[in-house]
Amino acid sequence: MNETSIIISGFGGQGALFAGQVLAYAALDNDLNVTWIPSYGPEMRGGTAHCTVIISEDAIGSPLVRNPDVAVVLNLPSLDKYEKLTRSGGVLVANSSLINRDLSRNDLRHAYLPANEIAEEIGLARLANMVMLGGMLGLDPILTLEMVKKALDEHMPERHRKTIPMNYEAIERGYSLCAKESASIKS
Amino acid sequence: MAKELLKGNEAFAEAAIRAGCEGFFGYPITPSTEFLEHMARRMPQLGRAFVQAESEVAAINMVYGAACAGKRVMTSSSSPGISLMMEGISYIAGTEVPAVIVNVMRGGPGLGNIAPSQGDYYQMVKGGGHGDYFPIVLAPASVQEAIDFISLAFDLAEKYLNIVYVIADGNMGQMMEPAELPPMRELPKEPPAWAVTGAKGRKPNILSSIYINPPDEEVTNIRLVKRWLEIEKNEIRFSEYLMEDAEFAVIGFGTAGRVATTAIRAARQEGIKVGLFRPITLAPFPKEQVAEISRRVKRILVVEMNSGMMLEDVAAAVQGRVPVEFFGRMGGVTPFPDEILDEIRRVAANKRPVNWNARAEWIARLEQIVAEGK
Repeated sequence: MNETSIIISGFGGQGALFAGQVLAYAALDNDLNVTWIPSYGPEMRGGTAHCTVIISEDAIGSPLVRNPDVAVVLNLPSLDKYEKLTRSGGVLVANSSLINRDLSRNDLRHAYLPANEIAEEIGLARLANMVMLGGMLGLDPILTLEMVKKALDEHMPERHRKTIPMNYEAIERGYSLCAKESASIKS
Repeated sequence: MAKELLKGNEAFAEAAIRAGCEGFFGYPITPSTEFLEHMARRMPQLGRAFVQAESEVAAINMVYGAACAGKRVMTSSSSPGISLMMEGISYIAGTEVPAVIVNVMRGGPGLGNIAPSQGDYYQMVKGGGHGDYFPIVLAPASVQEAIDFISLAFDLAEKYLNIVYVIADGNMGQMMEPAELPPMRELPKEPPAWAVTGAKGRKPNILSSIYINPPDEEVTNIRLVKRWLEIEKNEIRFSEYLMEDAEFAVIGFGTAGRVATTAIRAARQEGIKVGLFRPITLAPFPKEQVAEISRRVKRILVVEMNSGMMLEDVAAAVQGRVPVEFFGRMGGVTPFPDEILDEIRRVAANKRPVNWNARAEWIARLEQIVAEGK
């Protein structure tokens, strides 16, 4: 069975939940089964916010996993939590703009991306989440870049539509940095 | 209509609207609030009634009144809010008017927390309010099932003049999943004949739960019991997964049943012949189906997000034919599939006689799991 579990985690406001939703929409649009479940409650108010996305060719049982296949961590507390939990051989993408330490394990395919700096170069600081999402796709092509871009185009709320080109750029920048890295890991 | 990515609570609320809900009365409480918020937006747009009451006590009495007027009405809340409604719920049951109540359960007892739980099983399934009455309880395990069962709930409530609970938990209320909403149903043009609508040109209808004279109350009780027996005959619903050749059965409802599905797939990969029986109607409980399973499997594992409540209904149906074991997480903790997989392995390997105190053994294992920080 082909099933991938992804946890995206960061401070509230960093867009972890939205990045997960974009992924979920892309899965839905491509006739895959998907669940998206957020952390909710007190931890969302000021602490970390995370979501679990499961994408599968089959009907999805549990919407939650202890050991995700993929972790996208936007800040240090998220790395501290999910580095330990990501399954052996899994994928981890870390935001080096806010994380100043190396991984303490060596069985993960991983990449560090300066997502905040890249987002600021693009001109919209809050796109760090899209840089990271692109990076994840570069490292582990669960869905293609095109699928995710199409999902953004089709499901972006009207009031944010003018930011679509910048969103695309953010995803592509993250993707190309990691796709290169991924290729070098494989060779 | 195509599948959309729908958020639990909002989808449940929209499903109620599409099913012809004419009035919603409620009070916000996490993790059910988005249900009320969706109703607050949509009901006035459609010219239907929405009231955010001053309390849950008031909300359920508004449901009671509007139900007596023959309207298709409901409320939604979460555990502590449902407790506050219990007096009104009993009055609705005693008056024999239809009402749909959605409970998005959270950790307890007491104020507890806002995390997902199934700890209200007894309260929902066994009545909760005072007196002799029997609510119907539907337990969806996905956003789509919740949408479908909310429609079904209105139909059952009206068919049997009965209370119908749809019980979900915070997981289902908060998650997004592809699902399809039904088309909008037309609202009924005429109120039912029993409704209190002003009595213009006809004899008054009197709706009440007061029967001062005990023999009159008993006649009502007999009617309620006979109605329940009819419901037991007609309305049992359940779902089975990989049960055909199963040597071991996991029995779980709602989120716990769904999480068990993942564990069962993994156990099958290891060669353990295990399947899932998931009751959809917790009341009426599928006793005969559970009894039938107990005649063909070696052992049964009940999985819940509470202290072993459905466990007792399963044990009553199994009548000691095979061992029934239990695994649960409580307090707002959702089990992960790997914990249930460990339990399936244990139950499959452990040839023991019938055990009449599965709860005591489980609590010792749970303390160990908690001590390990899982």
